[in-house]
Amino acid sequence: MIIYGVALLSACLVAGLYIGEVLGKAIGVQANVGGVGIAMLLLILACNLPRFRSLTSGTSAGGITFWSAMYIPIVVAMAARQNVAGALDGGVLALVAGVAAVIVSFAFIPLISRIGNAPVAPATAEEPAADE
Amino acid sequence: MSELVSVLSANQLIVAFAIIGVIIWGSYWLSDVLTGGRIHGSAVAIVFGLILAWYGGAKTGGTKGIADVELLAGIGVMGGAMLRDFAIVATAFGVDWHEIKRAGLSGSVSVIAGVVISFVVGAVVAVAFGYRDPVAVTTIGAGAVTYIVGPVTGAALGAGSDVIALSVAAGLAKSILVMTSTPAVAGLIGLNNPQSAMVFGGLMGTTSGVTAGLAATDPKLVPYGAMTATFYTGVGCLLVPSVLFLVVRAMLL
Repeated sequence: MIIYGVALLSACLVAGLYIGEVLGKAIGVQANVGGVGIAMLLLILACNLPRFRSLTSGTSAGGITFWSAMYIPIVVAMAARQNVAGALDGGVLALVAGVAAVIVSFAFIPLISRIGNAPVAPATAEEPAADE
Repeated sequence: MSELVSVLSANQLIVAFAIIGVIIWGSYWLSDVLTGGRIHGSAVAIVFGLILAWYGGAKTGGTKGIADVELLAGIGVMGGAMLRDFAIVATAFGVDWHEIKRAGLSGSVSVIAGVVISFVVGAVVAVAFGYRDPVAVTTIGAGAVTYIVGPVTGAALGAGSDVIALSVAAGLAKSILVMTSTPAVAGLIGLNNPQSAMVFGGLMGTTSGVTAGLAATDPKLVPYGAMTATFYTGVGCLLVPSVLFLVVRAMLL
């Protein structure tokens, strides 16, 4: 049943957002800390547990893959509801600050990507077959 | 005519599905015909969405882009946080757990580094434009982190509403630039695998910018970038009004 997949997805999101909210409260910030990321981890976990197999395979999986495929249309709608006029009205200072932050952050991506690769190299060597 | 208007306004979300479908169809067609598919259809669609958003904001004076036009309010629901988060989580279906573990360290480093880098850049720009008040400099720097960290920090430190508005605008500029420029620079910065996507998400941090930018670059990378980006705003709200504010105050006073 498709609804089983949708329900699992919903449960993961609500649980993740709740944990993120509690986490935010615990460290004293007015924001949800990683709620969506935690929800993603819960979904990945559910996909790997035999107990949940009936919810993540067959037609039930369709309830999850549908929303995954709706992702780009939703992002287009999200773009269409951004406060673009507000960003442009912010003036030169706001634009320079935003643009400079992006350029400098881009430059750091290759550097920081390298950090992880050295220490975990042995782990990848253990299962070369998986890479092929 | 009035019947049509009442049907449209009673079914706003459904109208949004139809409109977004047409926009995406037109964008993929343009991408094919004008660029031979070199500029991805979803990138064209996102830019088209941003243009609509600008038009809506300029016309209505609201803050929700084209969703402030009454008959198009459904686009605000479809692109709002609830469905966006739902769809982002769904993209994690089928994600390779080993890739997440492999990039765990660099992903975590990137979140903290990303907050500090964006903050420093934003604060330096504020100082360059003549701001010397530590609260204002910190709030503008916070805006360069994300448009949520800006007002949260400004409220915590008691910044003026003009400075808070500036910080939101800086965050919006960042988010929009990430959405549009990511496909163009992806090759240059090696953004073509799950690990670099996680680092990208952590460094940029703006969830809307990261997820739209990756969608336009390679949809398979979306879940990896989204995973780290969703921690960014929380870490920003933690570090900026506390540690980073103290550093700014020490340097400016």
